[in-house]
Amino acid sequence: MQLTNRKKVVVKKEMSLAEKLYLPAITNGMVITMKHFFKKGATVRYPEVKREISETYRGQHVLKRDEQGAERCTACGLCAVACPAEAITMEAAERKKGEETLYREEKYAAVYEINMLRCIFCGLCEEACPKEAIFLTDRIVPTDLKRGEFVYGKDKLVEDINHRIDLSGRQTKEVLEFKKDKTKAHNQTWADKQKLLKENKHH
Amino acid sequence: MLTFIIYKSILVLIVFLISLGVAAYATYGERKVAAFMQDRIGPDRAGPFGIFQPLADGLKMFMKEEIIPTVSNKFLFILGPSLAMLTALMAGVVVPWGGKLAIGDHYYPLQITDINIGILYVFGVVSFGVYGIMIGGWASNNKYSLLGALRASSQMISYEIAMGLAIVALVMKTGTLSLGEMVAQQGTGGWWNIVYQPLGFLIFLICAFAETNRAPFDLPECETELVGGYHTEYSSMKLGFYLFAEYINIFISSAVISTLYFGGFNLPFQSHIPLDGNWLVIAQTAFFFGKVIFFIFFFMWVRWTIPRFRYDQLMNLGWKILIPLAIFNILATGVLMYALGKV
Repeated sequence: MQLTNRKKVVVKKEMSLAEKLYLPAITNGMVITMKHFFKKGATVRYPEVKREISETYRGQHVLKRDEQGAERCTACGLCAVACPAEAITMEAAERKKGEETLYREEKYAAVYEINMLRCIFCGLCEEACPKEAIFLTDRIVPTDLKRGEFVYGKDKLVEDINHRIDLSGRQTKEVLEFKKDKTKAHNQTWADKQKLLKENKHH
Repeated sequence: MLTFIIYKSILVLIVFLISLGVAAYATYGERKVAAFMQDRIGPDRAGPFGIFQPLADGLKMFMKEEIIPTVSNKFLFILGPSLAMLTALMAGVVVPWGGKLAIGDHYYPLQITDINIGILYVFGVVSFGVYGIMIGGWASNNKYSLLGALRASSQMISYEIAMGLAIVALVMKTGTLSLGEMVAQQGTGGWWNIVYQPLGFLIFLICAFAETNRAPFDLPECETELVGGYHTEYSSMKLGFYLFAEYINIFISSAVISTLYFGGFNLPFQSHIPLDGNWLVIAQTAFFFGKVIFFIFFFMWVRWTIPRFRYDQLMNLGWKILIPLAIFNILATGVLMYALGKV
């Protein structure tokens, strides 16, 4: 029974004389390769020239600091839970007196590790983070010689206080507008909170 | 006598160095040609446009660890690549690289030796080249190497016959076996031999591809089936010698093709060119090298265009097509020469 009209009868066709000679086909092939010879190559000379990438490219992670330079991460573990590759591990610690300029919240990540070989750069950690602490950046994870070297600790993940990474390109207009609203606790730094407390005492 | 020896030694040395230099830069050229044909850039890190790449590759070859398998026959294992290199370099002796240079009142021909059986000498040396591959492949004591060597020897034997028969027709036309005389005939007697022997040229060209183990006839080293073919077990500069010998063979084949069918060092419309003396000789040599480089490029062009033949296709092509065609070419040449009253 015929089900569709898509059947195709395969016939073993006898080759014509021109085909048996091979030479016309070879000449055609050589014309094609010669055309490509004069085409511009598609190669990007990598270290000197970088390929154009999207503003929201998902590369190596960064643990952000706030405007005052305190770490935003509060070690809630939501990123680790969200991570489908189980690449993130952390250990929380309580902030001591005098460390207020180092850590934004009362709890912080004493150890924070991402295994870059496990990470699939999906960006779910970035989505899960309630403190805007972890972001993926346009940096490419460099190569290394040992597998162990790919487990990135806080030394590699936390952003350098002197070389801040601008991530405004990754955020939508609405988010950027929201971040200007200092009355929301989410946008207050520790210094802002102290200021508010003092003002409240005055009243 | 002394000047003769010095002049010959210098000539030998120059031909030797040019062979090595051309072969070294042929590896670079091959990588570049392959890259361009595949819309890539190719080596461009070592020096401007990567022109020091052959030096880097050579250095790499020398620095690599040298491995001689314990199960191999050590003497033959080392003899293999040496023989391949030796035979590759020997064939350049009879090729006429240019006319006669006049220094003082002496004339110095730019050909190491013009033996009167030059083309037979080339044949002898080239067929000797298969021993390098055969011995190397056998001495490795490895099945892949042995298969590669087996293929190489059967391929070379099959294609040498067609090649020889193609030459027979050419020799009938020129009436000489000396390469120097063939070039002289093409210079004074009007047309280049390609006009008289187009079919012979085609057969010779195809056989030259097979003799140098180049794609589409690179079955002896066929990576996809035989790992590395006859040089699977080789490492370091011994492998380098095999690869290098292949490029020298390409260079010599190109030179022989140019000499036999494309007028050797003769310029086109030579009698109308207002050059004389040493300038003409230099122009001729430069033009000859132009032809040779074009053929080297042609070898690469073909390699990066067509896929490899299957082994049975290779044998069919050699025995059932090329040999009958070459015999037909001899008959046709004979009939034509008789009809035109040249005999």
